[in-house]
Amino acid sequence: MKMKGAQILVECLKREGVEVLFGYPGGANLPIYDALYDAPLKHILVRHEQGAAHMADGFARATGKVGVCLATSGPGATNLVTGIATAFMDSVPIVAITGQVRSYLIGNDAFQEADVCGITRPITKHNFLVKNVNDLARTIREAFYIAGTGKPGPVLVDIPVDISQAEIEFEWPEKIEIRGYKPQRFMEGHKGQIDKAAKLIVESKRTVVYVGGGAIMSQAAQEVRELVDLIGVPVTTTCMALGIYPEDKPLSLRMLGMHGAASTNYAVQYCDLLVNIGARFDDRVTGKVETFSPKSKKIHIDIDPASIGKSVAVDVPIVGDVKKVLRELIKEIKALHKKPDYSEWWDQIHEWQKKHPLSYSMNGEKLKPQYVLEVLSDLTKGECLMTTDVGQHQMWACQFYRWTRPRTYITSGGLGTMGYGLPAAIGAQFGRPDELVICLSGDGSFVMNIQELATAVDHKLPIKSIIINNFYLGMVRQWQEMFYKKRFSYSAIRPPDFAKVAQGFGARGATITKAEQVRPTLEKILNDKECWVVDCICDEEEKVFPIIPPGKAIDEMILDMA
Amino acid sequence: MAKHILSVLVENKFGVLARISGLIAGRGFNIDSLAVGETEDPTASRMTIVVDGDDKTVEQVKKQLNRLIDVITVQDLTREEHLDRELIMCKVTVTPKTRPELVEIAQTLKAEVADVGVKTLTILLVGDQAKVKTLLELVKPYGIKEIVRTGRIALSRDGAGG
Repeated sequence: MKMKGAQILVECLKREGVEVLFGYPGGANLPIYDALYDAPLKHILVRHEQGAAHMADGFARATGKVGVCLATSGPGATNLVTGIATAFMDSVPIVAITGQVRSYLIGNDAFQEADVCGITRPITKHNFLVKNVNDLARTIREAFYIAGTGKPGPVLVDIPVDISQAEIEFEWPEKIEIRGYKPQRFMEGHKGQIDKAAKLIVESKRTVVYVGGGAIMSQAAQEVRELVDLIGVPVTTTCMALGIYPEDKPLSLRMLGMHGAASTNYAVQYCDLLVNIGARFDDRVTGKVETFSPKSKKIHIDIDPASIGKSVAVDVPIVGDVKKVLRELIKEIKALHKKPDYSEWWDQIHEWQKKHPLSYSMNGEKLKPQYVLEVLSDLTKGECLMTTDVGQHQMWACQFYRWTRPRTYITSGGLGTMGYGLPAAIGAQFGRPDELVICLSGDGSFVMNIQELATAVDHKLPIKSIIINNFYLGMVRQWQEMFYKKRFSYSAIRPPDFAKVAQGFGARGATITKAEQVRPTLEKILNDKECWVVDCICDEEEKVFPIIPPGKAIDEMILDMA
Repeated sequence: MAKHILSVLVENKFGVLARISGLIAGRGFNIDSLAVGETEDPTASRMTIVVDGDDKTVEQVKKQLNRLIDVITVQDLTREEHLDRELIMCKVTVTPKTRPELVEIAQTLKAEVADVGVKTLTILLVGDQAKVKTLLELVKPYGIKEIVRTGRIALSRDGAGG
């Protein structure tokens, strides 16, 4: 059957199992929108293309499926860039489809032309410019395959108008073969290395397991929990893996790194074996890398060979899919019939925990952001699906909410993108319609993509946005106070009346200024079916502690300002 | 710091060179030279990249190159028996008096005198790095006007075992 390029695209999306896509029409993708008009696909009209990319990303993180976004050429496509880079840094599988000017006009500075493949080359796992309509179906298949396999990541497909309009006989490529991309080669870990790791684990006395986002991507929560419980080992996670092991259990040391608990960072620094599961020794975790956990042997499980040995030298590298490697590792450990004895190690950790608990004080009249998170954690029993923006609120959420399930803390960890939270919440809610989705934000971040409230209201999404409002770019202010002699250069920001803005968009709004309002207000809105924005006016001087100052070792944390 | 010769087989598609050079620049790697051309299979090209760096850096370059979808294989030829050659053209100042001396240098090095002018003479040489270096040292005193080099290209040798 003869079909136009745009119809072929829609047919391919259907066959890839796409149910929802987030996009914005314009000149160069009009043929695609024409094909979408009567297609059995749910298209969500966003208010800014950056929102579309973050929604696809939030959808992908919440579900584990590939998210899809769509934009026109030129400014439409460049507006996706921050969202694509966000997905790239956190290895999130999305496919971005952009319209392009007619293929014979490419390079002529045509209206709304931008070299989108050139622009996105360093921030995509791969990208394609479709120059021939006969390549379109195979390209779409390859795009989904590349995005969702191996170390996942964003893939962009740029489709010129004339390719969307060209008519050919549609043929679905049953098999695809990319000779330079064989992710299955890196699935199974090396048996000898796994044996070595198992022996090291049962022989070590001061072990810490450190889990990252790779374990989430690999759907390995069950295996992580089994390993940790099998040997009773202390387990810490990066902010990308919060909830992979329930934080309300005693083996959990919760988050490590720049704003991790002091006791957790001490444990990482003074352990004799560090088992890295799907994390990448990021600089926010290692601090000054030369002084990082100096006495420990290190095991590193990662699907990406390039992430092993990149910043920290490891003793037992295992390239492979976390889930598969862990299954083998657990089998090997069981076969050794030897349980490591961590009793002294736990005594030491408990002593650190007692000495340096995560805390804050309720001094003064002003509302404390940590308290808002504690109440939220309590009311939702640690079971909401939360997206965040970037800054202090993002770290307080890591510290003061008890994470119990994987894929429930959705945040821009690598790129640190302000404006991510609200669109990501919308994407997540479409992916998991039955979840309670909360967007935790700050007064700086929330206005960066506030326009997507209109999208949320359009679709009657019951998303609850909770804004930690301190009239400052809080994290910037904190660094200026601590490291720039209190020279608060352009960090004070006058926020709008968020409750009124919310009402203007057709959502509900509330403002909280006192601690005693927190519980009743949150109780009320969490049980409501409407889209809410709750503006929490908080103490602007509150800081995130502990903090590892830039360039310092992880045991050189500043615990508080006293 | 040592020089590593990477032989990289890539898809012969538009944009591949940009992907490779972008990756190298974006990750701050230093390269000495990069030469590229079609292979016996017209859908693939072979790039010879000479990288300057310690083992850890070169390991990262190899791994990052391998991550690119359009890269088919990456081979570090420095670790095995290989042939490597570079083509250089060197335009040197001449006078009637020095011309015979330069022609003799070219002949001794089995290079070609590719062009003879009134004031210059161009020597073309294909050789390994030692030979290229010798040529440059020998002609330097006469005054080098211009140089152009292809960068090294390399291929693994068939060892005695085949």
